[in-house]
Amino acid sequence: MFEALDATLLARLQFAFTVSFHFVFPSFTIGLASYLAVLEAMWLVTGREVYLNLFKYWLKVFSLVFGMGVVSGIVMSYQFGTNWSVYSQKAGPVVGPLMAYEVLTAFFLEAGFLGVMLFGMNRVGRGLHFVATLAVAVGTLLSAFWILAANSWMQTPVGHTIAANGQFVPADWWQIIFNPSFPYRLPHTVAASYLTTALAVGAVAAWHLLRGQKGEGVRVMFSMAMGMITVTAPIQILLGDQHGLNTLEYQPVKVMAMEGHFESHPDGAPLILFGLPDQEAAKVRAEIAVPKLSSLILKHALDAPLKGLDTVPRSEWPPVAIVFWSFRIMVGLGLLMLLLGAWSLLARLWRGLYDWKWLHRLALAMGPAGFVAVIAGWVTTEVGRQPYTVYGLLRTAQSVSPLDAPAVGTSLVAFIVVYFIVFGAGIFYVLKLMGQTPHEGEPGPEAVPSHAAGITPGPAVSAGRRT
Amino acid sequence: MTIAFDLPIVWAFIITFAIFAYVVMDGFDLGTGILFPFFDAGQERDRAINSIAPVWDGNETWLVLGGGGLMAAFPAAYGIILSALYTPIIAMLLALIFRGVAFEFRWRNPRHRKYWDTAFALGSTVAALAQGITLGGLLQGIAVRDNAYAGGWWDWLSPFSLLVGVSLVAGYALLGATWLIMKSEGSLRDHCQRLALRLGIATIAGMAAVSAATPFLSNDYATRWFAWPQVLFTAQVPLLVAIASIAFFFALRFRHDHWPFLIALALFALGLAGLGVSLYPYVVPRAVTIWDAAAPSASLQFMLVGAAIMVPIILAYTGYAYWVFRGKTGHEGYH
Repeated sequence: MFEALDATLLARLQFAFTVSFHFVFPSFTIGLASYLAVLEAMWLVTGREVYLNLFKYWLKVFSLVFGMGVVSGIVMSYQFGTNWSVYSQKAGPVVGPLMAYEVLTAFFLEAGFLGVMLFGMNRVGRGLHFVATLAVAVGTLLSAFWILAANSWMQTPVGHTIAANGQFVPADWWQIIFNPSFPYRLPHTVAASYLTTALAVGAVAAWHLLRGQKGEGVRVMFSMAMGMITVTAPIQILLGDQHGLNTLEYQPVKVMAMEGHFESHPDGAPLILFGLPDQEAAKVRAEIAVPKLSSLILKHALDAPLKGLDTVPRSEWPPVAIVFWSFRIMVGLGLLMLLLGAWSLLARLWRGLYDWKWLHRLALAMGPAGFVAVIAGWVTTEVGRQPYTVYGLLRTAQSVSPLDAPAVGTSLVAFIVVYFIVFGAGIFYVLKLMGQTPHEGEPGPEAVPSHAAGITPGPAVSAGRRT
Repeated sequence: MTIAFDLPIVWAFIITFAIFAYVVMDGFDLGTGILFPFFDAGQERDRAINSIAPVWDGNETWLVLGGGGLMAAFPAAYGIILSALYTPIIAMLLALIFRGVAFEFRWRNPRHRKYWDTAFALGSTVAALAQGITLGGLLQGIAVRDNAYAGGWWDWLSPFSLLVGVSLVAGYALLGATWLIMKSEGSLRDHCQRLALRLGIATIAGMAAVSAATPFLSNDYATRWFAWPQVLFTAQVPLLVAIASIAFFFALRFRHDHWPFLIALALFALGLAGLGVSLYPYVVPRAVTIWDAAAPSASLQFMLVGAAIMVPIILAYTGYAYWVFRGKTGHEGYH
């Protein structure tokens, strides 16, 4: 049934599907791990039970989401080989070591301390337990560091030479890691994670506030979440602007697609607010635009010239409509986050933070906004890199494994079916947990205290070393 | 054959270590899953899964290091092997999803528990089978042309690869049973004690069958094992397997807590030694050597610094995590 389809397109669809699903989970757990570390620190410092209850409440959500992130992440680390073997052979010497560092410095740290964080409170004492929570939080950030270094290198590749067999050979690791787009992509993505978490936590709190549950736990988490959004949303918009300017410098074609600029504008380019890009006809239909605003944003001058897609061959164009729309979804949601942050600040100053029903309704509606914005931003940057895997150097069509379309088509269908069943169930369980109000004496992931520890050293320890 | 102690060799050892660490550590997790249908739905299953819940994620990370390390250190082998064994690899990934989420999902709703327990058992079994088939598919050889896979998507399927798959399921189940002998008491321990005897026989039979079939795959394997005077060294492997097997049945008979698991680990180590004899210095048999597949030395050096610093630290805190959850797992569990 897949013979008629293009194996490369199927492989791309499979990668897009699996990475989008995967990215939802770490974008939540990066923020949530830090939030849990803050809650536990607040509990240790102030001794207030409310922080411990909130910690245990969100720890249960964390354990579910983290588990889903792990299993969907393993798929990614093998998919480079199964579906993108030529890419792996050529770019592996550069990208592979960065991912190996991610495993060595981040994944083991997270996984090693996760067990203690989830189940070890009664076994190791408060201080060591906090160390475990911190280790998990630091692990999630280190993971973001390495994987975004690898991704950014694919966007703005530097610091390598190309061997006769087409393999990328690392020349300067410092340049490879701190490539031109990395210092912008890393803070933008981490801030996105923090915003995503704050929006999700805020929405859960708003749900309970709207149902008349105004207990201390609900109030504390609503206040913390709204405070985070008030501070982070404007910073994120600034970071995004800087990231955009960096993209204009190093990947101008991507910005042309984001802006929908098929034509060059020698004396000031308009900002297209809405339109339907038509790649075939090379124009934007039903366009609503503000004259010269794009030049003002990108060049800080109304009459600054901006080149359009007409200056590059069509073979270099990314799919314009996808990039154009995903970018607008991201920016639109970003502006709504700014509004939520400002409104909640107003409510806080007016002492109405826990009473303003319409603020709570907006906070609830914005619960999924972080996830949508993260995926939209990811689509913008990844689809905007097309038709290349390593920008300007290795084409996507020349990166793919020599597989038959039926093989890739079958696996794509299998991934779709399994992901919807498994992660559908997981998201359902997460929502069930969120539907319960955090209360005094909140149980952790371990409902019953563990039994007294024996004194025999774990034999698996010596077994592990014996290997 | 001369042994040049160079970077690709060092990395071949590191990745072999990572794969072995994965096989034995996730081996007892997957084995516990494979045996799940044999345990009573209440306390036995809860205790069994609680004994691995705090450590399975760390165990599975070795699989990511094996895969990621292979991509980084031997990118050509990574690309060729994974696209050649596409079907079993994808099956393994999907199975590991069901296995991994079941740890948390089974506690969320008692009415759904039987479904997630089935997912846990099936996911573990299919993952083990797929890993064995992957190994068998690699051993029987992969069609390579111009440094790329040149076969179809069902080439891996053969009686031999299925034999390796089934043997690995038995081997993992043995690791699981002996792990639980060590970590549990009462009815679960007794149950595993009985299972371990049958699984020990099955695993050793599987090892013997795979060993007997391997020399028929190609002349090369036969020469490696039976040529004089090499045979003096290679013969030690089956000899040690025989000694370990006898020791295993004695350890079981005397109802020892730790020895059955440790001897099962030794059997896996000997299996790995046997694979080393068959494969070295190829990563893809008779097609791609360690040196053909190796990444440029700039990549290998950069990673070696990280591995030299991080692997001992990882082993230390992994050891700590095991130590925190040492001893027998009680009925009250972590949930």
